[in-house]
Amino acid sequence: MYRNNLTRKEIERALAERSPEDEGLLRSLQSCDRRHFLRVSLKFAGMAAAAGIFQPHGFQLVNVAHAEAAPGEPPDIAFRFAYVSDTHLYARGMSHRFAKAALKSVEDVNALDPQPDFVFFGGDLAQRCRPDELELGRQILAELKAPLRMIPGEHDWYFDLGQKWREMFGPDRYAFDHKGVHFVAINSIIEKDFWTAKGYTPAERMDIVAGLDDGRQSRFEVGAEQRAWLKQHLATVDRKTPLIVFSHSPLYKLYRPWNFWTDDAEQVQAILQPFERVTVIHGHTHQVLTNRIGNIDFHGLLSTAWPWPYAPQGLPEYTVQMRRSDPFDQLDGCGDGRVDVHTNGRVDKHYHFWSRNPRVVTAEEMASNTIPGPRGYDGPSY
Amino acid sequence: MKVRWVVGSVLLGALALILLTGGLKRESNGERERRALVGASDGWASRAVWACDRRKLVIVEGVPAGARIPPDRAQRVADLLTDLMRYCSEEITAKIAVDQMITVAANGQVYENYVPGGPLPIVKASTGEPTRRERMIWKAELDRMVAEGNRLFHSDALGTNGLACAMCHPDAANTHPETYPKFQVQLKKVALLRDMVNWCIQNPLEGQPLSSDDARLRALEAYILAKRSGTPLHAGKH
Repeated sequence: MYRNNLTRKEIERALAERSPEDEGLLRSLQSCDRRHFLRVSLKFAGMAAAAGIFQPHGFQLVNVAHAEAAPGEPPDIAFRFAYVSDTHLYARGMSHRFAKAALKSVEDVNALDPQPDFVFFGGDLAQRCRPDELELGRQILAELKAPLRMIPGEHDWYFDLGQKWREMFGPDRYAFDHKGVHFVAINSIIEKDFWTAKGYTPAERMDIVAGLDDGRQSRFEVGAEQRAWLKQHLATVDRKTPLIVFSHSPLYKLYRPWNFWTDDAEQVQAILQPFERVTVIHGHTHQVLTNRIGNIDFHGLLSTAWPWPYAPQGLPEYTVQMRRSDPFDQLDGCGDGRVDVHTNGRVDKHYHFWSRNPRVVTAEEMASNTIPGPRGYDGPSY
Repeated sequence: MKVRWVVGSVLLGALALILLTGGLKRESNGERERRALVGASDGWASRAVWACDRRKLVIVEGVPAGARIPPDRAQRVADLLTDLMRYCSEEITAKIAVDQMITVAANGQVYENYVPGGPLPIVKASTGEPTRRERMIWKAELDRMVAEGNRLFHSDALGTNGLACAMCHPDAANTHPETYPKFQVQLKKVALLRDMVNWCIQNPLEGQPLSSDDARLRALEAYILAKRSGTPLHAGKH
């Protein structure tokens, strides 16, 4: 966590015994970048400890060793990849708010120094799966300097059942190795045919699937055919190899009415469980979302277009909710981010918010297997 | 004249028989209430006549219970009952006043003037327990408005850029209508739900605001509020 969990009272108490320099540091806590925060945290931890307010470990200082290792890479970070997700583009030119937001994320990623090894796009490039929407998305993402890894979302799929998307971006499931980690991308937004019997047109089918709360559609699933492929493919991979899986929907069951859900999640998890270290990175939910089931860690992605409220039930205990976003700020609750992969295959998941302080869910936190309590959060967002 | 006498007497006799035998049947709630009504003394002696379906009741004011109804008035009673039988499933209590004015109360609602052959006053504010039929009518009307709100909430027609309310608010989540009115910091004034709906239409949706009495705005409010049914009101909550 970049943002510490001090209460206002604690900050005020600390301020009462401040030095001019410390005061500046304290005041800057609300809006500082990562490196600055770590510097501030260290100073402040020492100061607070000296004042006898609380123990330094109460700060949950994260990756201090990394920061000290700057300017080079921390020694145990094997590599980094960035992510952009859920851009939901309309073909309405570059002046449309979602196109501008998507471009902003591309600029963000291109400004990362060092550059990520690749960029993962988490699905839902288009809003209504129209060829010109996908084409606009392709053009925007073509600006990325780093290589791109794509998966489809349901908004990219249900007008033509993935035809255009596959023409543009290739297979919707694949695997690759990168610096000792095995990556698998799967298409988890397969829905059983709900349209033929009802005689829905492709456009109607797409609009129904695009409606998050539209109960006329089926639930997402990986499907028997793809599960068989996954099982067969993973049989050739050493179980000690760290595994990172890309999917659009969360590969667990969170909230069925909104398809924050994969219907055959248990069967997919069973295929992944034999591996020692498994991380699933998924789009679709447009929010900070953390879960752990057995030895599988799950991380959600931010959308560039809009944040979604948390589901009214089923939220994983591991998730520290992000606060409700400010509707008056188009960018609030939106953003992009990156994943730092440690040499042991665990990841630090970075949420880069455009209008608020960044958040990170560290490998350390996940490995401690403790369920976090509410932090700086004052209630559900739905 | 003589014929009318006979007809009236026969009808009355039949009705009396119906009344007697009907008394042995199980009474519905409405029937019990209305029987109590007949027994109540308001200074006027009243004669009650039931129709064979046990749903229509005519109270003849000015005629003591058990007394013989004068032939001309008996004919009116018979005509009125025949007329009211058009409304098979309704429970109707009719009164014929001393001045011959007819009023009816359908399904436990308030009394309204009635002209035989004319429309029955049905949907009105009721002081009594609503009937199943009334509930169905009311629910159908509400559902229709909520469904229209639901349609608009999921439609891109309110804006100009393709966005719809439900894209950020699935199932109207995160609209928290129960917290209005509240001081909306960004608007620098106390806002009602409709102000925020309009704000969203103007900004994220880049559309034109709706006037307060616009049927679309009313339907949107209906949908959002219906989705939060059962949530305690908390005006001013942030």
